[in-house]
Amino acid sequence: MIPAAFDYVRAGSAAEAIQLIGQYGDEAKFLAGGHSLVPAMKLRLAQPTVLVDIGRVSDLSYIRDGGDHIAIGALTRHMDVEKSPVLAEHVPLLAHAAGHVGDPQVRHRGTIGGSLAHADPASDLPATTLALGATYVAEGPNGTREIAAADFYQGYFTSALAPDEMLTEIRVPKMGGAGWSFQKFNRRAQDWAIVGVAAWQRGSECGVGLVNMASTPVLASSVAAAIAGGASAAEAAEAAASEADPQADLNASVEYRVHLAKVLTRRALEAAGG
Amino acid sequence: MEITVTINGKSHTADVEPRTLLVQFIREQVGLTGTNIGCDTSSCGACSVHVDGEAAKSCTLLAVQADGSSITTIEGMASADGTLHPMQQAFMENHGLQCGYCTPGMVMAATSLLAENPNPTEEEVRIGLEGNLCRCTGYHNIVQSVLACAKS
Repeated sequence: MIPAAFDYVRAGSAAEAIQLIGQYGDEAKFLAGGHSLVPAMKLRLAQPTVLVDIGRVSDLSYIRDGGDHIAIGALTRHMDVEKSPVLAEHVPLLAHAAGHVGDPQVRHRGTIGGSLAHADPASDLPATTLALGATYVAEGPNGTREIAAADFYQGYFTSALAPDEMLTEIRVPKMGGAGWSFQKFNRRAQDWAIVGVAAWQRGSECGVGLVNMASTPVLASSVAAAIAGGASAAEAAEAAASEADPQADLNASVEYRVHLAKVLTRRALEAAGG
Repeated sequence: MEITVTINGKSHTADVEPRTLLVQFIREQVGLTGTNIGCDTSSCGACSVHVDGEAAKSCTLLAVQADGSSITTIEGMASADGTLHPMQQAFMENHGLQCGYCTPGMVMAATSLLAENPNPTEEEVRIGLEGNLCRCTGYHNIVQSVLACAKS
């Protein structure tokens, strides 16, 4: 399988990439690691007429301590997120979840920004960064703006990014020693989660993100409210699917997904809070 | 578009269509057919090669993305005098292959794994090879081969 023909241009900087994407319009797409886009193009699910390759914009690959948060360049590879000592210390949930994306070959090439901008609700990192209360930085022709993860996801593969905007940085609050857990339920190695749960807890405060439980990643606010109100992990987990709107597919019915969300949320909270 | 890629130490400059996959370039334009195409959907790992020293699935990379890279394929693993790479030797001695179709990708993934984790546990080997499928289901001896190579 090969993709449909397209024109290929290479950007040397974020500014050049934004200028190029603006020049080519709606039919152009950014190419980062390409590990979501190229498979979609091979299956002809995506047929951009122009690819703007940002894979060589090396100054967008970094992990920096920003004081109360860690700033991650959008082109930082999953493998670098997984193995970052800075993230291991301050945001271990994200480093751990990055180690569950795809397989080692995928993690050598795929990038955090590419995964988030792709906005696949079945991917691990959108729900994880949502649970952590991350902020994304987007750069466009009129400058940069910050978008809360909670406002970023609008539907299947649809984000708040304008067509001529590029995700450049992810800012993740430090976890401050909170307990955490990442629960990924799948049936085959390297597969997407049938349902996944990313959770952290510090006393009566917690954040829970759900993978593959709606057309967007889901922030399980009702679970957090229950924990804040003194509920046990098992009690709070009963509310896991309150904000979700799961779909049935070959892997799971709606009822089974709801069941998994509750079980995995309970396990995650027991591990994070216990 | 013209690209220059070093494959197994030899520089190749060629004109490619942007949609050319790296695996196509390696097999069809360079003529190195040791790298197999299996699932063609980034799942099976049969097409694994090293790009700048790290395993990657060459069916999911465009050749233009690899421009300027140094690539090693299974043909580049043995020494010029024919001496097998220690991982190849370990696969041979531990019956790490049955039909052999997944083997080039397994060897490339396994050497990349040991470069990152020279002394893995059995579980780490199994998880580290999750991007490579063996349809003979010969995983036990593949894992034993990788552990034997790590020890040698």
